Amino acid sequence: MGFAFFRRLALTLLLALTVFAIQFPARADAVDDALALFTTDSFNDTTKAIDGLVASGHANTLPILRALADGKLLYDPGSKAVFYKDDAGALLNARTATPSSADASLLKAVRLNNRLRRAVEAARGGLALLAPEPERRRTAAEAVFKSRDANALPTLDAAIGKETDARAKAAMELARAAIVVTFPGASEQDRLAAVNTIAARGDGDAAALLRSLPADLPESVKAAAADAVDGIEARLAVWAALQNILYGVSLGSVLLLAAVGLAITFGQMGVINMAHGEMVMIGAYTTFVVQDVIRNNAPWLFDYSLFMAIPLAFLVAAAVGIAIERSVIRFLYGRPLETLLATWGISLILIQSVRSIFGPTNREVGTPSWMAGSLDLGGLSLTYNRVAIIVFAALVFVALLLVLKKTALGLQVRAVTQNRRMAAAMGIRTDWIDAMTFGLGSGVAGMAGVALSQIDNVSPNLGQGYIIDSFMVVVFGGVGNLWGTLVGAMTLGIANKFLEPYAGAVLGKILLLIAIILFIQKRPRGLFALKGRAVEA
Amino acid sequence: MRNTISTMARSASALAAAAIVAGGISSASAEETIKVGVLHSLSGTMAISETTLKDTVLFMIDEQNKKGGVLGKKLEAVVVDPASNWPLFAEKAKELIAQEKVAVVFGCWTSVSRKSVLPVFKELNSILFYPVQYEGEESERNVFYTGAAPNQQAIPAVDYLAKEEGVERWVLAGTDYVYPQTTNKILQAYLKSKGVAEEDIMINYTPFGHSDWQTIVSDIKKFGSAGKKTAVVSTINGDANVPFYKELANQGIKATDIPVVAFSVGEEELAGIDTANLVGHLAAWNYFQSVEDPANAEFIKKWKEFTKNDKRVTNDPMEATVIGFNAWVKAVEKAGTVDVDKVIDTLPGIEVANLTGGTSKVLPNHHITKPVLIGEIKDDGQFDVVWKTDGLVPGDAWTDFLEGSKDLESDWVDLKCGNYNTKTKKCGADS
Repeated sequence: MGFAFFRRLALTLLLALTVFAIQFPARADAVDDALALFTTDSFNDTTKAIDGLVASGHANTLPILRALADGKLLYDPGSKAVFYKDDAGALLNARTATPSSADASLLKAVRLNNRLRRAVEAARGGLALLAPEPERRRTAAEAVFKSRDANALPTLDAAIGKETDARAKAAMELARAAIVVTFPGASEQDRLAAVNTIAARGDGDAAALLRSLPADLPESVKAAAADAVDGIEARLAVWAALQNILYGVSLGSVLLLAAVGLAITFGQMGVINMAHGEMVMIGAYTTFVVQDVIRNNAPWLFDYSLFMAIPLAFLVAAAVGIAIERSVIRFLYGRPLETLLATWGISLILIQSVRSIFGPTNREVGTPSWMAGSLDLGGLSLTYNRVAIIVFAALVFVALLLVLKKTALGLQVRAVTQNRRMAAAMGIRTDWIDAMTFGLGSGVAGMAGVALSQIDNVSPNLGQGYIIDSFMVVVFGGVGNLWGTLVGAMTLGIANKFLEPYAGAVLGKILLLIAIILFIQKRPRGLFALKGRAVEA
Repeated sequence: MRNTISTMARSASALAAAAIVAGGISSASAEETIKVGVLHSLSGTMAISETTLKDTVLFMIDEQNKKGGVLGKKLEAVVVDPASNWPLFAEKAKELIAQEKVAVVFGCWTSVSRKSVLPVFKELNSILFYPVQYEGEESERNVFYTGAAPNQQAIPAVDYLAKEEGVERWVLAGTDYVYPQTTNKILQAYLKSKGVAEEDIMINYTPFGHSDWQTIVSDIKKFGSAGKKTAVVSTINGDANVPFYKELANQGIKATDIPVVAFSVGEEELAGIDTANLVGHLAAWNYFQSVEDPANAEFIKKWKEFTKNDKRVTNDPMEATVIGFNAWVKAVEKAGTVDVDKVIDTLPGIEVANLTGGTSKVLPNHHITKPVLIGEIKDDGQFDVVWKTDGLVPGDAWTDFLEGSKDLESDWVDLKCGNYNTKTKKCGADS
């Protein structure tokens, strides 16, 4: 009986094992263990899965990790099989890299958090060092520099030996230095050389690395690192000052864009137009509408959307401006207080109508691909959208100067501004000129809206944030003088940026306001006061 | 001129008369209704956030009326627009309570608007449900706080960053007003109690609607290059967020380098931003639209139907409004009356299902229990929940990390006091 019992038991066990083996036919190796860990929906397991996959040296590791980083690594919660999508969108089995016919709608993506994203980047960095494209090898080296993963050292050495691209090689040597400086077995000489290599990089990341060295290194290495950090900091301080001026110019060009339209309506015509900010807002919403139409009808044109929006924003805002001038402001010339109240009312009406049409929430205006990212010059970094706005502001300013100085319309505008009755006597239709001038100022504000849509919220309140600043710029620069507006905008922009780091954004703004009030006490007509008869008018 | 004024005055009085007549008719024809006040800004700066909450209350009233109303009576919404103007909030509150005789008010967003209506609610004895996360340090008999107190949002978020991301250096960036200032004060005290050094905390305030973030973002970048893992805790509010995140993306600060955890950025705020470059930045809330739960799925479906807009998102203050509304309905049904005093006494202990699969309970300190969720921004403008508390966290009105506040306790059931000092054993102790 005893014997029979054991035989039966052994048989059952054998049977169970066979069933087990059939059910999980490929459970045998490390790759499958690793892949299985992707399917548990636990961040800790995913970490283990990445490590396991990398350690297994599976041929398909890199595509899997890339899919994971892009959120394209999928698994079937039922069968626990793992799939990924390649760049073309085709579904592949992760184990075999062969096309799969699994139903994509039933699959779930493997989730990531920041810790995992860093782990994936580090793992990819180690693997992509031998990639065929130099650009990918360089980014891989950057990733290794950040992760300082000592496991990548052998690959890194091999890659440096083979590297032909200068930039990729430099990046790899940096990455190697970052590892060597803390590598347990490295000699003091090697460490010192590594510190020098890192110091030569000379930016904030290098300083960060050198500052974070562990305390148990030899004194000479620590001293060298401290020296290097001091050197980097001294250089960065100089760059920081330059950078601040650039930021100031960039803020100044935003102020210039917002204010230059006002310099015409307020400066040339003397109309206190509280609805000026809303013209900017209308320009921004025009951009939104243009992009919306393009998105729905011709997505390939998206990168050019802003170029199409600029003339349209000008026309729309100018039309609204002319309508306001014809219907309200022309009855109020010479009565500044009533103009102020009336235009303020118009501004509220415009805000609320936009809110009713487009809704109270922000509208998304996309950034064309050529405006994303930043431009690095030595220690300076200026984002492309700011560069674009500086250039745009300069173009608008020059165009406006040309219109006022070189065209018939400009001549008439100036004539009417300087002496309305004389101009009328010369046969100029002064009220037509008034409408055109107001339209011009409003249209320019609309173009400013296109630029501001790239850096600010496109919401009904967009204009309100700029109206005070615009008046400040125009009054400070000198009413009726475009050059004054330019100098005023740049001065305020740069002064603001130099005050901000010391006084904070809030106090900085207050200090600037006080400075302007004091300045206006001393020179009521601003920096560049108009002289002559125009002043009396 | 005088002529116009008199014409205007005449037409205005005619209008007013018409309104009175109209009001008379409506109240006569719908005699058996319970009035519910909605006090959210529909114009001005805060309209961007508050309009949604107005719609939420209307939606909930609609749903409740479909179920037959409350106590056999239909609910009727009375919507007023305080126009983001803080003194106007008090006036409109008075109008709702004294003239319209509403049974309850759902409203306010900013702390300053809540402070502005407090005296009105106390004097005229009514109920306010306040649905937004706030800085704490308050507990009033007439107010129920269904948003998060600091211990239900800020502190768990900081714990998450320290534990999961190994953060050792902190930037506390906020808009310059009471909520960020108080929250940052609490966080600073909390971080110091956890052994974070003074020089590892950077505090930065910016004005409302700040749009030029170049210097501040590059300062943050510099602060983050001290060799320790750095994170930004953002209490930046409203419109300033879009340019802030755009600048972060443009200066190439990724979530894997310096993560930003925000307390005022939800699905609604992200709707105006291209989130492709923000993936991995965090937000701490008690609710996310992406939470997988049958109750949530149904709520989202009905909400989209109600607003007739397939793209409408849901967010945390909406959930808080829903919880508050349901708690009030339950309390009224339990008390059998809309009488303010009885409802206030019935509310503590009421339990209602929240939209994240749990049951929130109204506490004696007039706060509620909520789960705390940390979400990471995804590229579709939604959040992926990467962490949540095991159970529900009870809201603490008075934080344990500030002098003067840690001894205070709020209990409207036994102690009948919102700021009971456990040291001096006195109520209303102005410490």
